[in-house]
Amino acid sequence: MAAAKKSKVVSYTKWGYIFLIPFFAVYIFFQVVPLISTIYNSFFENYMAGLNQIGPNFVGLSNYAALITTGDLVKYTWNTLLMWIAGFIPQILVSLLLGVWFADTSCKLKGDGFFKTVIYMPNLIMASAMAMLFFAIFADAGPVNQILQNLGIREAGDPYRFLEHTGSTVALVATMNFLMWFGNTTILLMAGIMGIDTSLFEAASVDGASGSQTFFQITMPLLRPIFVYVLLTSLIGGIQMFDIPQILTNGDGSPNRTTMTLIMYLNKHLYSKNYGMGGALSVMLFIVTTILSLIIYRVTVTPEEY
Amino acid sequence: MAKQSKERSLSEHMAAKKTVRYIVLIFLTILCLFSFYILIINSTRAHYDIQKGFSMLPGTSFIKNFKSLMGNSNLPVIRGMINSIIVSGGTCILSTYFSALTAYAIHAYDFKGRKLIFSFILAIMMIPTQVTALGFISFMRKLNLLDNFIPLIIPAIAAPNVFFFMKQYMESSLPLEIVEASRIDGAAEFKTFNSIIIPIMKPAIAVQAIFTFVSAWNNYFTPNLLLSKREMKTLPILIAQLRSADFLKFDVGQIYMMIFFSIVPVIIVYIALSKNIIGGIAVGAVKG
Repeated sequence: MAAAKKSKVVSYTKWGYIFLIPFFAVYIFFQVVPLISTIYNSFFENYMAGLNQIGPNFVGLSNYAALITTGDLVKYTWNTLLMWIAGFIPQILVSLLLGVWFADTSCKLKGDGFFKTVIYMPNLIMASAMAMLFFAIFADAGPVNQILQNLGIREAGDPYRFLEHTGSTVALVATMNFLMWFGNTTILLMAGIMGIDTSLFEAASVDGASGSQTFFQITMPLLRPIFVYVLLTSLIGGIQMFDIPQILTNGDGSPNRTTMTLIMYLNKHLYSKNYGMGGALSVMLFIVTTILSLIIYRVTVTPEEY
Repeated sequence: MAKQSKERSLSEHMAAKKTVRYIVLIFLTILCLFSFYILIINSTRAHYDIQKGFSMLPGTSFIKNFKSLMGNSNLPVIRGMINSIIVSGGTCILSTYFSALTAYAIHAYDFKGRKLIFSFILAIMMIPTQVTALGFISFMRKLNLLDNFIPLIIPAIAAPNVFFFMKQYMESSLPLEIVEASRIDGAAEFKTFNSIIIPIMKPAIAVQAIFTFVSAWNNYFTPNLLLSKREMKTLPILIAQLRSADFLKFDVGQIYMMIFFSIVPVIIVYIALSKNIIGGIAVGAVKG
């Protein structure tokens, strides 16, 4: 009997491997090969000077050294992180608040389905279209300046030039990131809160715990894995920030490259075919995002599952 | 008496709590919808009306703006939309079907290295595609696949996040007895997958179909590096083009119309299917 069962298992297992072929064939061809080629490129001097092709010449790690010592990398990393943080802090605060509210069965809100639908919607909007929309709305002659002038906050004929100031440009990018992501985060946190055993909340309420005590003593500690997941996935998303500042500032990172992000910088190298520097930048970003991914993996996958 | 007043103050407290929550939610709703409201209003107004001042009410130039957008030979919008539909549709079909197949391989077969492969796919899930873009673009150039949709569609077969969602769904809704039963019936493995597993997976496929379609529809980075021929461009590339040409000066109505064109289809689909979408967000993300 046992032998019969075993032979049956053996006869089917090969299909497991066969069904994995498409995934791995495509992954190797379109991801692993390009990754190796990216790493390889990062060790070569290879760019266009006018119409002349320079290289490829093997230069070891000097692309990496150049990337770090010119100071641009530090500046663009700082820009990227600043714009991410400026959007993420309001995002996580609002999402936590809404997540708790939506999960609160003692205070059921009418129309919560409607609110969830509305706050999630911006997440599905094309980021480049959103950036273009904000560009039009906050233009010198756009609706926001018209409203400011109608209200007398700005003098007629003297619009506030949003894209000529670092602060307002960062604020616009952060606002778009916030709008696009707080709904998504709310739903994740809400699902996490609803997964907490309700008897814990009941016990806390019987013991006379206040709302904030319940939140900090019960909700937050139990929510930690999801919280860390949201934080790190958002950070990885932040490192990838491209569409919004690229379209809003037309690729310049204006004013004075203070809103140039890391991927905008990479995009510039790819466009100008500077494969050495682009490669070095890609490898650095690969290392950082891989480390972050492994942390997410450690946090979210508990050892007993597979 | 005392008890009654306590109850009343409790219910007053509850009412106050609710009011605060509604005010915050309504404020956020306005914040979310404000820019789309302006978009819809201004897409119905002519250039000089928009320049003259802000209005809360729609104008009458929707058709006119639409016609001038269609007549703009620098912005092949219809072509762009068809291109976007081809790329997003192809991505959506390949990524849902093959992710289900990959998840089925891990879920239903007990082969050597299964855990390792599963862990590997989860570990690579978060690594962004941008970091391999350089090698990807130069490889595609070597293969003469620039200005071609193949490098945008085929890679969707390996989509770790869609795979993970499918795997989660199988764990909750696909008992292995069903597979066993079909084996006894003598169905071949691949046929079992297509005729029995896929129909069971329909709800999960539907949710992921929406997500993969929308993310391909909105994708700008990779298509922008791959596609340079005018007739191959997708909508996000055309939007970026709108930004780089100084359009604001001569026809703002067209800008709003173009944005309207690229996001309204998604909004309509979203409103129709929002229940499934909202329900599906948390499932593939994390285990509590």
